[in-house]
Amino acid sequence: MTNFEIYIAIIIMALVNFLTRVFPFLFFTKNDLPKSLEFIEKFFPATIMTILVFYTLKDIDFSLSPYGAKEIISILFTASLHILMKNYLISIFLGTIFYMGLVQYF
Amino acid sequence: MKYQRELKAAFKISIPVMMGYLVLGFAFGLLLVSFNYDWYLAPLMSIFIYAGALQFVAINFFNVKAGFVDIAIASLFVNLRQSFYGLSLLKRFRKTGKLKPYLIFGLTDETYALLTTIKDDEQLKKRWYYFFLTALNQIYWFVGATAGAIIGSNIEFNTAGLEFSLTALFVVLCIEQYKNLKNSIPFLVGTVASIFALIFIPSDKMLIVAIFISLLLLFFFRKRLDLND
Repeated sequence: MTNFEIYIAIIIMALVNFLTRVFPFLFFTKNDLPKSLEFIEKFFPATIMTILVFYTLKDIDFSLSPYGAKEIISILFTASLHILMKNYLISIFLGTIFYMGLVQYF
Repeated sequence: MKYQRELKAAFKISIPVMMGYLVLGFAFGLLLVSFNYDWYLAPLMSIFIYAGALQFVAINFFNVKAGFVDIAIASLFVNLRQSFYGLSLLKRFRKTGKLKPYLIFGLTDETYALLTTIKDDEQLKKRWYYFFLTALNQIYWFVGATAGAIIGSNIEFNTAGLEFSLTALFVVLCIEQYKNLKNSIPFLVGTVASIFALIFIPSDKMLIVAIFISLLLLFFFRKRLDLND
């Protein structure tokens, strides 16, 4: 993208981002939610987080050796750290260092 | 200063977020300049967008020259969860007056988490306390991102693999989601939709397609999910 296109992209993202944050304040006065929205509210965050994990790996070619092994091992490493230590800073930091090590030295 | 007490209390509770935002912001800034984008885009985005996951994803948008409509739709879905935060803050924000627009703007995952876990201290002026909390968090993010971008464009780093910080962030958020839900269907839905989109859809359209498929699947499983409640 050119810088000009990037500025427009930033404006779009800023507007959409604010829209998602301001939406409930514009349309709901109390805690009166339609049923289908409640259902999406509850389950969609988990789904989108899962999709985003895959989205970040979309340019990895799983059909070529080592078949995404570095990514899969690093994800398992990060997940285990987080389950054991319950500290998201440590999990993200060490998980990333671990992956950088795999990518840079193997 | 007039609201020193509120500032102090807000600072104290925001320390864990400070550590997270400085590091994650730094990674964002470093990653951005590693693709040779101008350093000042990092502070610019941290002021006007201020959404961690979206800012990381934005680097992908720039790289693949995504279309503006695609950017708008993908941003909407990446941040859709934020719409639900406001719903539980309607009451809390009612008496915040002219500070309210900024409080809404600054509503990130972590700020939301702090705001909803705060115990009521009658001594404090609520709206200023909320304001300082929100502003401090954004300052941490801004400082981390700017430092990462400036340092990254002046010092040679071997940043290969740094982009994994985003993957790690989402993995951690998945685990946190699972702790709350104790239900694996939404994760399976996300996985199936993603793998389908990865195989059959060009990678720059993968996100939107995966989101739409997963919404369809979620509604398909709605009865089952409601039963599990």
